[in-house]
Amino acid sequence: MEPMIRVENLTHTYSAGTPFERNAVEGMNLTVMPGEFLGIIGHTGSGKSTLIQHLNGLLKPTSGHVYLEGRDIWENPKEIRQVRFQVGLVFQYPEYQLFEETVYKDIAFGPGNMGLEQEEIDRRVRQAAELVGLPEETLDKSPFDLSGGQKRRVAIAGVLAMEPKVLVLDEPTAGLDPQGRRQILGLIQEYHRRRNATVVLVSHSMEEIAQNAHRIAVLKNARNFMEGTPREVFARAAELEQAGLDVPQITRVAMALRRRGLPVDTAVYTVEELKDALLRLRGGAAHA
Amino acid sequence: MLKDITLGQFFPGSTLLHRLDPRTKLLAVVLYIVALFNATSVLTYGILMVVLGTCICVSKVPAKALTRGLRPVVVIVAFTAVINLFFTGGEPIADVFLLRHISAKGLVTAISMMLRIVMLIMGTFLVTYTTSPISLTDGLENLLSPLKKVRFPVHEMAMMMSIALRFIPTLIEETDKIMSAQKARGADFETGSLIQRANALVPILVPLFISAFRRADELATAMECRCYNGGEGRTALHVLRYRPVDLAVLGGFAVLAAGMVALRLAGL
Ligand SMILES: Nc1ncnc2c1ncn2[C@@H]1O[C@H](COP(=O)(O)OP(=O)(O)OP(=O)(O)O)[C@@H](O)[C@H]1O
Ligand SMILES: [Mg+2]
Repeated sequence: MEPMIRVENLTHTYSAGTPFERNAVEGMNLTVMPGEFLGIIGHTGSGKSTLIQHLNGLLKPTSGHVYLEGRDIWENPKEIRQVRFQVGLVFQYPEYQLFEETVYKDIAFGPGNMGLEQEEIDRRVRQAAELVGLPEETLDKSPFDLSGGQKRRVAIAGVLAMEPKVLVLDEPTAGLDPQGRRQILGLIQEYHRRRNATVVLVSHSMEEIAQNAHRIAVLKNARNFMEGTPREVFARAAELEQAGLDVPQITRVAMALRRRGLPVDTAVYTVEELKDALLRLRGGAAHA
Repeated sequence: MLKDITLGQFFPGSTLLHRLDPRTKLLAVVLYIVALFNATSVLTYGILMVVLGTCICVSKVPAKALTRGLRPVVVIVAFTAVINLFFTGGEPIADVFLLRHISAKGLVTAISMMLRIVMLIMGTFLVTYTTSPISLTDGLENLLSPLKKVRFPVHEMAMMMSIALRFIPTLIEETDKIMSAQKARGADFETGSLIQRANALVPILVPLFISAFRRADELATAMECRCYNGGEGRTALHVLRYRPVDLAVLGGFAVLAAGMVALRLAGL
């Protein structure tokens, strides 16, 4: 199957030719299959944000290539906007990009730029608002009168309304309370399922990634460090720690239990899963 | 990218020029300008070029950065040169076509004008390249402090200046980020009529202003929380002190300026 996105030997240098020159991304490779949910983690400054801004052509590679469905996105630089409609990128703290008088108009900005018919724009705005859980009456409010969590949802709706094939999110839950986090992750999953969209999620939270992603890419110092299913990645806890990262808390508990001689499955990321694993163990022991 | 704006950019380093007291550098650049405006002959321009060249070499600021800093003023320099070239008057060089309008005197004026502007800009840029904005305002505040006697709010001015300088990079970064975010939603800043392009700025300016006000508000609160109440009785973290080398440099530039004035009066 053709990968949705393929990043090949990507290097990006900021401030080239000044004393502040540095490679934020170096020789990176990445493939994302259609319909896949990929998680990206890495310590602060590891180049996550820089990497994902290449996926929709906001940054141009210093060297290397980015392919969208097999075509180099920079093949025709004039067409780069088309790429941006197909690969929707939600920035970190996206609520600071809101600018319109009403929530409705702000969500309609993206679809409007696509040159769609008025009716189609209206349909998309309402659908996106519904998906992120904004009640009808907020559509006519000023986005600046909303709470922080609501603003964030408006901003995400603004990208979802373009109905991109690939949805890329840079730490969408940063600075939210647990309930806000759950809601945002829930709506991302919902979009993923409804449209069978490809999702790339950047996060600092292992729990978040473990519970949502099919596959995890770990970055370290501007380079690829590890890649695999959550089970494969979290099995290498020692190396993760060395990269300044952590395994989910529950996984750590399971690993500690295992070290004390309890043969529990360590590929668990939630309290529920650990409970089940422990019960299974007890059941197995009772049968023996 | 917007980041590449170099105007007043500081190049960190630890050369002699970096370590000089900011007041020394400010006074020296004033003396240098006095000298420059008194230079009239090949000899005097030559001396000043040597001085400037030495300073540039000592500072280790890449030549590329200096010439890049000149880019915004190229038009002005060229314009001045052309005006001087054609409108100075005097004997024409030769009686053919364009040369008919150019006199030897005009040519000399044009060249010296061009040199003067370029050397003026390079000299002042060298100061901003080797002095961090914070110590520059510290130096300025200190030099202007006699004006406090006539109730001129020197400290407040300096504080405003250092805050403004401090926030330029932050705001540029912010603009970059907001532009990227809007581009991700398909905003187009590069094509279209003038009106369309002006309209395209709204999605940048609105969030930018909101964030600037938010930052100003946060900063004011933070300053108040730390009981900031202006310059009265305030001491400095980094106390400015002239060292022998500062005096030597200042002395050198004073001699240079005085020498230039003397040479001009002597008609050299
Ligand atoms: N616009 C820029 N100009 C210069 N350097 C930059 C710029 N953006 C990022 N960098 C540098 O590139 C490196 C990678 O930054 P990046 O934002 O991609 O990291 P990140 O993994 O997203 O970090 P975080 O988890 O903190 O968001 C950092 O060292 C950063 O200082
Ligand atoms: Mg980041």
